[in-house]
Amino acid sequence: MNLSSCSICQFWHSSIGKKLVVALTGLFLVMFLAGHLAGNLLIFQSSADFNEYAHMLHSMMHGWGVWIFRILMLVALALHVIATVQLTAANRSARATRYQKDATMVASRSSRMMIWSGLTVLVFFVFHILHYTVRVSPELKELADFDQNWAMTVKGFQNPLVSIFYIIAMALLCSHLSHGVASIFQTLGLRSRKTAGPITLLSKAYSLIIFVGFISIPISICFFGYGKEELQETEQMIEQAKSLGLDGILHEHRH
Amino acid sequence: MLNLTLKVWRQQNATSEGFIETYDAHDIPESASFLEMLDIVNERILNDGGEPIHFDHDCREGICGQCSLTINGIPHSKERGITACQLHMRKFKTGETIWIEPFRAKAFPLLRDLIVDRSAFDRIIGAGGYVSVRTGSAQDANNLPVAKTKADAAMDAAACIGCGACVAACKNASAMLFVSAKAAHLNLLPQGAPEKNKRVLGMVRQMDAEGFGNCTNQYECEAVCPKEISADNIARLNRDYAIAIADEAAV
Ligand code: HEM
Ligand code: FES
Repeated sequence: MNLSSCSICQFWHSSIGKKLVVALTGLFLVMFLAGHLAGNLLIFQSSADFNEYAHMLHSMMHGWGVWIFRILMLVALALHVIATVQLTAANRSARATRYQKDATMVASRSSRMMIWSGLTVLVFFVFHILHYTVRVSPELKELADFDQNWAMTVKGFQNPLVSIFYIIAMALLCSHLSHGVASIFQTLGLRSRKTAGPITLLSKAYSLIIFVGFISIPISICFFGYGKEELQETEQMIEQAKSLGLDGILHEHRH
Repeated sequence: MLNLTLKVWRQQNATSEGFIETYDAHDIPESASFLEMLDIVNERILNDGGEPIHFDHDCREGICGQCSLTINGIPHSKERGITACQLHMRKFKTGETIWIEPFRAKAFPLLRDLIVDRSAFDRIIGAGGYVSVRTGSAQDANNLPVAKTKADAAMDAAACIGCGACVAACKNASAMLFVSAKAAHLNLLPQGAPEKNKRVLGMVRQMDAEGFGNCTNQYECEAVCPKEISADNIARLNRDYAIAIADEAAV
Protein backbone atom coordinates (compact mmCIF):
# COMPACT_ATOMS: atom_id res chain seq x y z
CA MET A 1 0.00 0.00 0.00
CA ASN A 2 1.44 3.28 -1.02
CA LEU A 3 -1.32 5.86 -1.19
CA SER A 4 1.04 8.79 -1.59
CA SER A 5 -0.16 12.36 -1.61
CA CYS A 6 1.56 12.62 -4.96
CA SER A 7 -1.04 10.35 -6.58
CA ILE A 8 -3.71 12.72 -5.37
CA CYS A 9 -1.81 15.66 -6.88
CA GLN A 10 -1.51 13.78 -10.16
CA PHE A 11 -5.19 12.94 -10.07
CA TRP A 12 -6.14 16.58 -9.50
CA HIS A 13 -3.79 17.80 -12.26
CA SER A 14 -5.05 15.32 -14.86
CA SER A 15 -7.97 16.25 -17.07
CA ILE A 16 -10.04 13.17 -16.27
CA GLY A 17 -9.20 13.30 -12.56
CA LYS A 18 -10.36 16.88 -12.25
CA LYS A 19 -13.53 16.11 -14.16
CA LEU A 20 -14.23 13.22 -11.79
CA VAL A 21 -13.98 15.72 -8.92
CA VAL A 22 -16.47 17.96 -10.74
CA ALA A 23 -18.85 15.07 -11.30
CA LEU A 24 -18.69 13.75 -7.73
CA THR A 25 -19.09 17.17 -6.13
CA GLY A 26 -21.84 17.92 -8.67
CA LEU A 27 -23.60 14.71 -7.67
CA PHE A 28 -23.38 15.68 -4.00
CA LEU A 29 -24.87 19.11 -4.74
CA VAL A 30 -27.59 17.53 -6.88
CA MET A 31 -28.62 15.24 -4.01
CA PHE A 32 -28.54 18.16 -1.60
CA LEU A 33 -30.88 20.14 -3.87
CA ALA A 34 -33.42 17.32 -3.89
CA GLY A 35 -33.42 17.16 -0.08
CA HIS A 36 -33.51 20.94 0.26
CA LEU A 37 -36.51 21.16 -2.05
CA ALA A 38 -38.41 18.45 -0.22
CA GLY A 39 -37.84 20.29 3.07
CA ASN A 40 -38.75 23.69 1.64
CA LEU A 41 -42.05 22.45 0.28
CA LEU A 42 -43.20 21.95 3.87
CA ILE A 43 -43.86 25.69 3.72
CA PHE A 44 -47.15 24.83 2.01
CA GLN A 45 -48.10 22.24 4.59
CA SER A 46 -48.18 24.40 7.71
CA SER A 47 -46.09 26.93 9.56
CA ALA A 48 -45.84 24.58 12.52
CA ASP A 49 -44.42 21.72 10.45
CA PHE A 50 -42.02 24.04 8.68
CA ASN A 51 -40.78 25.53 11.94
CA GLU A 52 -40.44 22.12 13.48
CA TYR A 53 -38.42 20.94 10.47
CA ALA A 54 -36.13 23.97 10.80
CA HIS A 55 -35.74 23.28 14.49
CA MET A 56 -34.97 19.62 13.81
CA LEU A 57 -32.17 20.61 11.37
CA HIS A 58 -30.59 22.90 13.93
CA SER A 59 -30.80 20.48 16.84
CA MET A 60 -29.68 17.38 14.94
CA MET A 61 -26.78 15.70 16.76
CA HIS A 62 -26.89 18.37 19.48
CA GLY A 63 -26.44 21.12 16.89
CA TRP A 64 -23.38 19.49 15.34
CA GLY A 65 -25.29 17.99 12.43
CA VAL A 66 -26.02 21.24 10.70
CA TRP A 67 -22.38 22.33 11.02
CA ILE A 68 -21.00 19.07 9.69
CA PHE A 69 -23.35 19.43 6.78
CA ARG A 70 -22.44 23.06 6.16
CA ILE A 71 -18.74 22.21 6.07
CA LEU A 72 -19.34 19.32 3.66
CA MET A 73 -21.36 21.62 1.42
CA LEU A 74 -18.70 24.30 1.49
CA VAL A 75 -15.92 21.83 0.64
CA ALA A 76 -17.94 20.31 -2.20
CA LEU A 77 -18.86 23.70 -3.60
CA ALA A 78 -15.30 25.02 -3.31
CA LEU A 79 -13.86 21.97 -5.07
CA HIS A 80 -16.55 22.17 -7.76
CA VAL A 81 -15.92 25.87 -8.42
CA ILE A 82 -12.11 25.70 -8.35
CA ALA A 83 -12.04 22.66 -10.63
CA THR A 84 -14.53 24.04 -13.15
CA VAL A 85 -12.90 27.47 -13.29
CA GLN A 86 -9.52 25.83 -13.93
CA LEU A 87 -10.98 23.45 -16.52
CA THR A 88 -12.77 26.26 -18.31
CA ALA A 89 -9.59 28.35 -18.44
CA ALA A 90 -7.63 25.38 -19.83
CA ASN A 91 -10.36 24.74 -22.39
CA ARG A 92 -10.30 28.32 -23.60
CA SER A 93 -6.55 28.29 -24.04
CA ALA A 94 -6.61 24.93 -25.87
CA ARG A 95 -7.90 26.76 -28.93
CA ALA A 96 -5.71 29.83 -29.23
CA THR A 97 -7.05 30.93 -32.63
CA ARG A 98 -10.81 30.71 -32.94
CA TYR A 99 -12.75 29.86 -36.07
CA GLN A 100 -13.79 32.83 -38.17
CA LYS A 101 -16.96 30.98 -39.03
CA ASP A 102 -18.03 29.02 -35.96
CA ALA A 103 -20.74 26.38 -36.05
CA THR A 104 -22.27 23.83 -33.71
CA MET A 105 -23.69 20.42 -34.57
CA VAL A 106 -25.28 19.07 -31.40
CA ALA A 107 -24.00 20.86 -28.27
CA SER A 108 -26.90 22.34 -26.29
CA ARG A 109 -27.05 25.98 -25.30
CA SER A 110 -26.98 24.95 -21.63
CA SER A 111 -23.80 22.96 -22.14
CA ARG A 112 -22.10 25.99 -23.67
CA MET A 113 -22.88 28.35 -20.79
CA MET A 114 -22.07 26.11 -17.83
CA ILE A 115 -19.50 28.51 -16.41
CA TRP A 116 -21.95 31.45 -16.58
CA SER A 117 -24.92 29.56 -15.17
CA GLY A 118 -22.57 28.17 -12.50
CA LEU A 119 -21.16 31.56 -11.52
CA THR A 120 -24.66 33.05 -11.31
CA VAL A 121 -25.65 30.23 -8.98
CA LEU A 122 -22.56 31.01 -6.91
CA VAL A 123 -23.52 34.68 -6.57
CA PHE A 124 -27.04 33.59 -5.70
CA PHE A 125 -25.69 31.14 -3.16
CA VAL A 126 -23.76 33.87 -1.30
CA PHE A 127 -26.82 36.11 -1.32
CA HIS A 128 -29.06 33.28 -0.17
CA ILE A 129 -26.80 32.51 2.81
CA LEU A 130 -26.66 36.17 3.86
CA HIS A 131 -30.42 36.44 3.43
CA TYR A 132 -31.73 33.37 5.23
CA THR A 133 -28.82 31.86 7.15
CA VAL A 134 -26.80 34.84 8.43
CA ARG A 135 -29.91 37.07 8.22
CA VAL A 136 -28.36 40.47 7.66
CA SER A 137 -31.82 42.05 7.60
CA PRO A 138 -32.91 42.93 11.18
CA GLU A 139 -36.56 42.17 10.40
CA LEU A 140 -35.79 38.62 9.32
CA LYS A 141 -33.36 38.18 12.17
CA GLU A 142 -36.03 39.07 14.70
CA LEU A 143 -38.50 36.56 13.28
CA ALA A 144 -35.84 33.87 13.34
CA ASP A 145 -34.90 34.77 16.90
CA PHE A 146 -38.47 33.99 17.86
CA ASP A 147 -38.19 30.62 16.11
CA GLN A 148 -40.53 31.79 13.38
CA ASN A 149 -38.68 30.35 10.37
CA TRP A 150 -41.87 30.02 8.38
CA ALA A 151 -42.71 33.69 8.90
CA MET A 152 -39.13 34.68 8.16
CA THR A 153 -39.23 32.86 4.80
CA VAL A 154 -42.57 34.38 3.84
CA LYS A 155 -41.41 37.85 4.84
CA GLY A 156 -38.21 37.45 2.80
CA PHE A 157 -40.04 36.51 -0.36
CA GLN A 158 -42.54 39.36 -0.07
CA ASN A 159 -39.76 41.56 -1.43
CA PRO A 160 -40.25 41.43 -5.22
CA LEU A 161 -36.56 42.08 -6.00
CA VAL A 162 -35.57 39.12 -3.85
CA SER A 163 -38.17 36.90 -5.49
CA ILE A 164 -37.24 37.94 -9.02
CA PHE A 165 -33.54 37.36 -8.44
CA TYR A 166 -34.41 34.00 -6.91
CA ILE A 167 -36.45 33.00 -9.95
CA ILE A 168 -33.73 34.08 -12.39
CA ALA A 169 -31.11 32.16 -10.42
CA MET A 170 -33.32 29.06 -10.42
CA ALA A 171 -33.76 29.33 -14.20
CA LEU A 172 -29.99 29.31 -14.63
CA LEU A 173 -29.65 26.48 -12.11
CA CYS A 174 -32.19 24.54 -14.18
CA SER A 175 -30.08 25.14 -17.29
CA HIS A 176 -26.93 24.09 -15.39
CA LEU A 177 -28.56 20.89 -14.23
CA SER A 178 -30.14 19.95 -17.55
CA HIS A 179 -26.61 19.43 -18.89
CA GLY A 180 -24.96 18.66 -15.55
CA VAL A 181 -27.02 15.70 -14.38
CA ALA A 182 -26.59 13.82 -17.66
CA SER A 183 -22.90 14.76 -17.60
CA ILE A 184 -22.40 13.01 -14.27
CA PHE A 185 -23.18 9.68 -15.90
CA GLN A 186 -20.77 10.21 -18.79
CA THR A 187 -17.94 11.48 -16.59
CA LEU A 188 -18.32 8.58 -14.18
CA GLY A 189 -18.33 6.20 -17.13
CA LEU A 190 -21.92 5.07 -16.67
CA ARG A 191 -23.42 6.24 -19.95
CA SER A 192 -23.65 4.30 -23.18
CA ARG A 193 -25.58 4.41 -26.43
CA LYS A 194 -28.30 2.29 -24.86
CA THR A 195 -28.73 4.45 -21.78
CA ALA A 196 -28.13 7.87 -23.37
CA GLY A 197 -31.86 8.47 -24.03
CA PRO A 198 -33.14 7.71 -20.53
CA ILE A 199 -30.22 9.64 -18.97
CA THR A 200 -31.01 12.76 -21.00
CA LEU A 201 -34.65 12.44 -20.03
CA LEU A 202 -33.81 12.01 -16.36
CA SER A 203 -31.55 15.05 -16.49
CA LYS A 204 -34.22 17.25 -18.05
CA ALA A 205 -36.95 15.96 -15.74
CA TYR A 206 -34.82 16.48 -12.64
CA SER A 207 -33.83 20.01 -13.58
CA LEU A 208 -37.45 20.88 -14.38
CA ILE A 209 -38.68 19.53 -11.04
CA ILE A 210 -35.99 21.55 -9.25
CA PHE A 211 -36.94 24.68 -11.16
CA VAL A 212 -40.72 24.42 -10.73
CA GLY A 213 -40.41 23.22 -7.14
CA PHE A 214 -38.19 26.05 -5.94
CA ILE A 215 -39.88 28.90 -7.80
CA SER A 216 -43.34 27.80 -6.63
CA ILE A 217 -42.44 29.28 -3.22
CA PRO A 218 -41.52 32.89 -4.16
CA ILE A 219 -44.22 32.95 -6.83
CA SER A 220 -47.02 32.00 -4.48
CA ILE A 221 -45.75 34.33 -1.73
CA CYS A 222 -44.78 37.34 -3.82
CA PHE A 223 -47.38 37.22 -6.58
CA PHE A 224 -50.31 35.36 -5.01
CA GLY A 225 -50.07 36.65 -1.44
CA TYR A 226 -49.60 33.23 0.14
CA GLY A 227 -49.15 33.41 3.91
CA LYS A 228 -49.84 37.14 4.15
CA GLU A 229 -52.44 36.98 6.95
CA GLU A 230 -50.63 34.44 9.03
CA LEU A 231 -47.43 36.48 8.79
CA GLN A 232 -49.31 39.56 10.04
CA GLU A 233 -50.71 37.60 12.97
CA THR A 234 -47.28 36.32 13.86
CA GLU A 235 -45.80 39.79 13.71
CA GLN A 236 -48.61 41.16 15.94
CA MET A 237 -48.03 38.37 18.39
CA ILE A 238 -44.33 39.24 18.57
CA GLU A 239 -45.14 42.95 19.06
CA GLN A 240 -47.48 42.06 21.91
CA ALA A 241 -44.92 39.83 23.52
CA LYS A 242 -42.34 42.59 23.31
CA SER A 243 -44.66 45.24 24.75
CA LEU A 244 -45.51 42.91 27.63
CA GLY A 245 -41.80 42.38 28.24
CA LEU A 246 -42.14 38.69 27.45
CA ASP A 247 -39.54 38.65 24.72
CA GLY A 248 -36.84 37.83 27.22
CA ILE A 249 -38.78 34.77 28.28
CA LEU A 250 -39.28 33.70 24.69
CA HIS A 251 -35.57 34.05 24.00
CA GLU A 252 -34.69 32.07 27.07
CA HIS A 253 -37.13 29.36 26.14
CA ARG A 254 -35.22 29.06 22.92
CA HIS A 255 -31.86 28.39 24.54
CA MET B 1 -22.00 24.06 -63.04
CA LEU B 2 -21.75 25.85 -59.68
CA ASN B 3 -20.61 29.39 -59.02
CA LEU B 4 -19.33 29.75 -55.49
CA THR B 5 -17.46 32.20 -53.29
CA LEU B 6 -14.71 30.73 -51.12
CA LYS B 7 -13.42 32.31 -47.93
CA VAL B 8 -10.13 30.55 -47.31
CA TRP B 9 -7.62 30.84 -44.45
CA ARG B 10 -4.21 31.74 -45.87
CA GLN B 11 -1.08 31.81 -43.77
CA GLN B 12 2.51 31.83 -45.07
CA ASN B 13 4.04 29.81 -42.23
CA ALA B 14 3.67 28.92 -38.58
CA THR B 15 4.67 32.34 -37.29
CA SER B 16 3.16 34.75 -39.81
CA GLU B 17 -0.24 36.41 -39.48
CA GLY B 18 -3.05 34.54 -41.17
CA PHE B 19 -6.06 36.07 -42.90
CA ILE B 20 -9.18 35.12 -44.82
CA GLU B 21 -8.83 35.43 -48.60
CA THR B 22 -11.87 35.49 -50.87
CA TYR B 23 -11.88 33.46 -54.09
CA ASP B 24 -14.38 33.31 -56.88
CA ALA B 25 -14.89 29.61 -57.68
CA HIS B 26 -16.93 29.67 -60.86
CA ASP B 27 -17.88 26.82 -63.20
CA ILE B 28 -17.33 24.01 -60.71
CA PRO B 29 -18.85 20.70 -61.92
CA GLU B 30 -21.42 19.21 -59.55
CA SER B 31 -19.73 15.85 -59.93
CA ALA B 32 -16.44 17.16 -58.50
CA SER B 33 -15.40 16.23 -55.00
CA PHE B 34 -14.61 19.00 -52.54
CA LEU B 35 -10.86 18.47 -52.93
CA GLU B 36 -11.22 18.42 -56.74
CA MET B 37 -12.96 21.76 -56.46
CA LEU B 38 -9.90 23.06 -54.57
CA ASP B 39 -7.66 21.52 -57.29
CA ILE B 40 -9.57 23.47 -59.96
CA VAL B 41 -9.29 26.70 -57.98
CA ASN B 42 -5.56 26.05 -57.37
CA GLU B 43 -4.98 25.42 -61.09
CA ARG B 44 -6.47 28.82 -61.82
CA ILE B 45 -4.39 30.48 -59.09
CA LEU B 46 -1.25 28.87 -60.56
CA ASN B 47 -2.15 30.03 -64.06
CA ASP B 48 -2.46 33.56 -62.69
CA GLY B 49 1.00 33.21 -61.15
CA GLY B 50 -0.22 32.98 -57.53
CA GLU B 51 0.59 30.62 -54.67
CA PRO B 52 -1.90 27.73 -54.55
CA ILE B 53 -3.92 27.00 -51.42
CA HIS B 54 -2.02 24.38 -49.42
CA PHE B 55 -4.05 21.57 -47.92
CA ASP B 56 -3.41 18.04 -46.65
CA HIS B 57 -4.69 15.04 -48.58
CA ASP B 58 -3.61 11.59 -49.59
CA CYS B 59 -6.00 8.70 -50.28
CA ARG B 60 -9.00 10.81 -51.26
CA GLU B 61 -11.28 7.91 -50.35
CA GLY B 62 -11.81 8.41 -46.64
CA ILE B 63 -9.29 5.95 -45.22
CA CYS B 64 -6.04 7.77 -44.55
CA GLY B 65 -7.25 10.63 -42.34
CA GLN B 66 -5.03 13.22 -44.00
CA CYS B 67 -7.64 15.66 -45.30
CA SER B 68 -8.38 18.18 -42.58
CA LEU B 69 -10.63 21.01 -43.64
CA THR B 70 -13.13 22.86 -41.50
CA ILE B 71 -15.94 23.62 -43.90
CA ASN B 72 -18.43 26.30 -42.83
CA GLY B 73 -17.28 25.89 -39.25
CA ILE B 74 -17.57 22.10 -39.14
CA PRO B 75 -14.66 19.68 -39.60
CA HIS B 76 -15.24 17.57 -42.73
CA SER B 77 -18.48 19.58 -43.27
CA LYS B 78 -21.91 19.08 -41.73
CA GLU B 79 -22.50 15.87 -43.70
CA ARG B 80 -22.28 12.99 -41.26
CA GLY B 81 -19.93 10.04 -41.48
CA ILE B 82 -17.64 11.30 -44.25
CA THR B 83 -14.24 12.93 -44.60
CA ALA B 84 -13.73 16.16 -46.54
CA CYS B 85 -12.38 14.16 -49.48
CA GLN B 86 -15.64 12.19 -49.64
CA LEU B 87 -17.73 15.34 -49.80
CA HIS B 88 -19.35 16.09 -53.16
CA MET B 89 -19.95 19.49 -54.65
CA ARG B 90 -23.54 18.50 -55.42
CA LYS B 91 -24.20 19.14 -51.71
CA PHE B 92 -23.76 22.87 -52.39
CA LYS B 93 -25.95 25.33 -54.24
CA THR B 94 -24.77 27.89 -56.75
CA GLY B 95 -24.26 31.32 -55.21
CA GLU B 96 -23.22 29.88 -51.85
CA THR B 97 -20.27 31.15 -49.81
CA ILE B 98 -18.09 28.42 -48.35
CA TRP B 99 -15.72 29.07 -45.43
CA ILE B 100 -12.64 26.85 -45.43
CA GLU B 101 -10.40 26.89 -42.38
CA PRO B 102 -7.77 24.58 -40.87
CA PHE B 103 -8.42 22.20 -37.95
CA ARG B 104 -7.97 24.59 -35.02
CA ALA B 105 -6.30 23.52 -31.77
CA LYS B 106 -3.29 24.74 -29.84
CA ALA B 107 -2.01 21.16 -29.86
CA PHE B 108 -2.18 21.13 -33.69
CA PRO B 109 0.19 23.97 -34.64
CA LEU B 110 -0.52 25.45 -38.05
CA LEU B 111 2.19 24.85 -40.65
CA ARG B 112 0.79 26.61 -43.68
CA ASP B 113 -2.66 27.69 -44.96
CA LEU B 114 -4.89 24.71 -44.17
CA ILE B 115 -2.18 22.31 -43.05
CA VAL B 116 -1.69 21.59 -39.36
CA ASP B 117 0.82 19.41 -37.51
CA ARG B 118 -1.02 16.49 -35.95
CA SER B 119 2.04 14.66 -34.63
CA ALA B 120 0.67 15.10 -31.09
CA PHE B 121 -1.52 12.10 -31.96
CA ASP B 122 1.55 10.04 -32.83
CA ARG B 123 3.11 10.87 -29.49
CA ILE B 124 -0.07 9.79 -27.71
CA ILE B 125 0.05 6.46 -29.54
CA GLY B 126 3.74 6.22 -28.61
CA ALA B 127 2.77 6.59 -24.95
CA GLY B 128 0.82 3.32 -24.85
CA GLY B 129 -1.35 2.83 -27.92
CA TYR B 130 0.24 -0.50 -28.83
CA VAL B 131 0.78 -4.03 -27.56
CA SER B 132 4.39 -4.50 -26.54
CA VAL B 133 4.73 -8.25 -27.10
CA ARG B 134 4.36 -10.45 -30.16
CA THR B 135 0.80 -11.72 -30.22
CA GLY B 136 1.17 -14.19 -33.07
CA SER B 137 -0.32 -14.24 -36.54
CA ALA B 138 -3.76 -14.83 -38.01
CA GLN B 139 -4.31 -18.39 -36.77
CA ASP B 140 -3.37 -17.40 -33.22
CA ALA B 141 -6.00 -14.69 -33.30
CA ASN B 142 -8.56 -17.25 -34.40
CA ASN B 143 -7.61 -19.50 -31.50
CA LEU B 144 -8.44 -16.84 -28.93
CA PRO B 145 -12.13 -16.70 -28.20
CA VAL B 146 -13.45 -13.13 -27.99
CA ALA B 147 -17.03 -12.34 -27.00
CA LYS B 148 -19.00 -11.00 -29.95
CA THR B 149 -20.02 -7.82 -28.09
CA LYS B 150 -16.40 -7.07 -27.24
CA ALA B 151 -15.18 -7.85 -30.74
CA ASP B 152 -17.80 -5.51 -32.18
CA ALA B 153 -16.94 -2.68 -29.76
CA ALA B 154 -13.20 -3.11 -30.43
CA MET B 155 -13.78 -3.18 -34.20
CA ASP B 156 -15.91 -0.03 -34.08
CA ALA B 157 -13.24 1.77 -32.04
CA ALA B 158 -10.52 0.58 -34.40
CA ALA B 159 -12.26 2.35 -37.28
CA CYS B 160 -10.66 5.62 -36.12
CA ILE B 161 -8.41 7.02 -38.86
CA GLY B 162 -6.80 9.60 -36.56
CA CYS B 163 -7.80 12.59 -38.67
CA GLY B 164 -8.28 14.91 -35.68
CA ALA B 165 -11.76 16.14 -36.61
CA CYS B 166 -12.90 15.35 -33.05
CA VAL B 167 -10.33 17.81 -31.69
CA ALA B 168 -11.19 20.40 -34.31
CA ALA B 169 -14.92 20.15 -33.57
CA CYS B 170 -14.69 20.07 -29.80
CA LYS B 171 -15.50 23.40 -28.16
CA ASN B 172 -12.49 22.74 -25.92
CA ALA B 173 -10.17 21.15 -28.50
CA SER B 174 -10.20 17.96 -26.46
CA ALA B 175 -8.71 14.77 -27.89
CA MET B 176 -10.83 12.43 -25.77
CA LEU B 177 -12.64 10.73 -28.66
CA PHE B 178 -9.38 9.85 -30.42
CA VAL B 179 -7.59 8.73 -27.25
CA SER B 180 -10.56 6.75 -25.98
CA ALA B 181 -11.03 4.97 -29.31
CA LYS B 182 -7.36 4.07 -29.59
CA ALA B 183 -7.27 2.85 -25.99
CA ALA B 184 -10.55 0.91 -26.29
CA HIS B 185 -9.68 -1.01 -29.42
CA LEU B 186 -6.75 -2.63 -27.62
CA ASN B 187 -8.14 -2.70 -24.07
CA LEU B 188 -11.18 -4.70 -25.14
CA LEU B 189 -9.20 -7.54 -26.69
CA PRO B 190 -7.28 -10.31 -24.90
CA GLN B 191 -4.03 -9.23 -26.59
CA GLY B 192 -4.33 -5.68 -25.27
CA ALA B 193 -6.00 -6.27 -21.91
CA PRO B 194 -2.90 -7.13 -19.82
CA GLU B 195 -1.40 -3.67 -20.40
CA LYS B 196 -4.68 -1.81 -20.02
CA ASN B 197 -3.90 0.27 -16.93
CA LYS B 198 -0.45 1.25 -18.13
CA ARG B 199 -1.84 2.14 -21.54
CA VAL B 200 -4.66 4.27 -20.16
CA LEU B 201 -2.41 6.24 -17.82
CA GLY B 202 0.31 6.70 -20.44
CA MET B 203 -2.02 7.89 -23.17
CA VAL B 204 -4.05 10.20 -20.93
CA ARG B 205 -0.92 11.78 -19.46
CA GLN B 206 0.52 12.39 -22.93
CA MET B 207 -2.82 13.83 -24.05
CA ASP B 208 -2.73 16.29 -21.15
CA ALA B 209 0.91 17.18 -21.80
CA GLU B 210 0.16 18.04 -25.43
CA GLY B 211 -2.20 20.82 -24.34
CA PHE B 212 -5.53 19.44 -25.53
CA GLY B 213 -8.61 20.71 -23.70
CA ASN B 214 -10.93 18.78 -21.37
CA CYS B 215 -14.09 16.99 -22.39
CA THR B 216 -17.35 18.69 -21.36
CA ASN B 217 -19.66 15.98 -22.68
CA GLN B 218 -21.13 17.97 -25.56
CA TYR B 219 -20.59 15.24 -28.18
CA GLU B 220 -19.56 17.51 -31.06
CA CYS B 221 -16.73 15.01 -31.67
CA GLU B 222 -19.12 12.11 -32.20
CA ALA B 223 -21.24 14.21 -34.56
CA VAL B 224 -18.37 15.11 -36.90
CA CYS B 225 -16.39 11.86 -36.76
CA PRO B 226 -16.13 10.50 -40.31
CA LYS B 227 -16.02 6.98 -38.86
CA GLU B 228 -18.87 7.67 -36.43
CA ILE B 229 -16.83 6.58 -33.41
CA SER B 230 -19.13 6.54 -30.38
CA ALA B 231 -18.67 8.73 -27.30
CA ASP B 232 -19.31 5.49 -25.36
CA ASN B 233 -15.56 5.09 -25.67
CA ILE B 234 -15.06 8.31 -23.71
CA ALA B 235 -17.25 7.03 -20.87
CA ARG B 236 -15.21 3.83 -20.95
CA LEU B 237 -11.93 5.76 -20.79
CA ASN B 238 -13.17 7.85 -17.85
CA ARG B 239 -14.03 4.64 -16.02
CA ASP B 240 -10.78 2.91 -16.96
CA TYR B 241 -8.75 5.94 -15.89
CA ALA B 242 -10.37 5.96 -12.44
CA ILE B 243 -9.59 2.25 -12.08
CA ALA B 244 -6.03 2.62 -13.35
CA ILE B 245 -5.17 5.53 -11.08
CA ALA B 246 -6.63 3.77 -8.04
CA ASP B 247 -4.61 0.70 -8.97
CA GLU B 248 -1.44 2.75 -9.35
CA ALA B 249 -1.96 4.58 -6.06
CA ALA B 250 -3.07 1.71 -3.88
CA VAL B 251 -1.64 -1.55 -5.20
C1 HEM C 1 -26.04 23.94 -6.48
C2 HEM C 1 -24.99 24.18 -7.15
C3 HEM C 1 -24.45 23.36 -8.29
C4 HEM C 1 -24.80 22.13 -8.76
C5 HEM C 1 -25.90 21.23 -8.25
C6 HEM C 1 -23.93 21.83 -9.86
C7 HEM C 1 -23.97 20.66 -10.58
C8 HEM C 1 -23.13 20.35 -11.62
C9 HEM C 1 -23.05 19.10 -12.27
C10 HEM C 1 -23.87 17.89 -11.91
C11 HEM C 1 -22.12 19.19 -13.26
C12 HEM C 1 -21.70 18.11 -14.24
C13 HEM C 1 -20.48 17.39 -13.79
C14 HEM C 1 -19.83 16.62 -14.90
O1 HEM C 1 -19.29 17.23 -15.83
O2 HEM C 1 -19.85 15.40 -14.84
C15 HEM C 1 -21.61 20.52 -13.24
C16 HEM C 1 -20.68 21.02 -14.11
C17 HEM C 1 -20.20 22.30 -14.07
N1 HEM C 1 -20.40 23.21 -13.06
FE1 HEM C 1 -21.72 23.04 -11.58
N2 HEM C 1 -23.07 22.86 -10.06
C18 HEM C 1 -23.34 23.82 -9.11
C19 HEM C 1 -22.69 25.00 -8.94
C20 HEM C 1 -21.70 25.48 -9.77
C21 HEM C 1 -20.99 26.71 -9.55
C22 HEM C 1 -21.20 27.65 -8.37
C23 HEM C 1 -20.14 26.87 -10.60
C24 HEM C 1 -19.25 28.06 -10.75
C25 HEM C 1 -18.13 28.09 -11.32
C26 HEM C 1 -20.30 25.71 -11.48
C27 HEM C 1 -19.64 25.51 -12.67
C28 HEM C 1 -19.73 24.36 -13.41
C29 HEM C 1 -19.10 24.19 -14.70
C30 HEM C 1 -18.26 25.22 -15.47
C31 HEM C 1 -19.39 22.89 -15.11
C32 HEM C 1 -18.98 22.26 -16.41
C33 HEM C 1 -17.89 21.30 -16.24
C34 HEM C 1 -17.78 20.46 -17.45
O3 HEM C 1 -18.73 20.44 -18.24
O4 HEM C 1 -16.75 19.82 -17.59
N3 HEM C 1 -21.24 24.88 -10.92
N4 HEM C 1 -22.22 21.21 -12.21
S1 FES D 1 -7.60 12.21 -48.05
FE1 FES D 1 -7.50 10.31 -47.05
S2 FES D 1 -9.20 10.45 -45.73
FE2 FES D 1 -9.42 12.25 -46.91
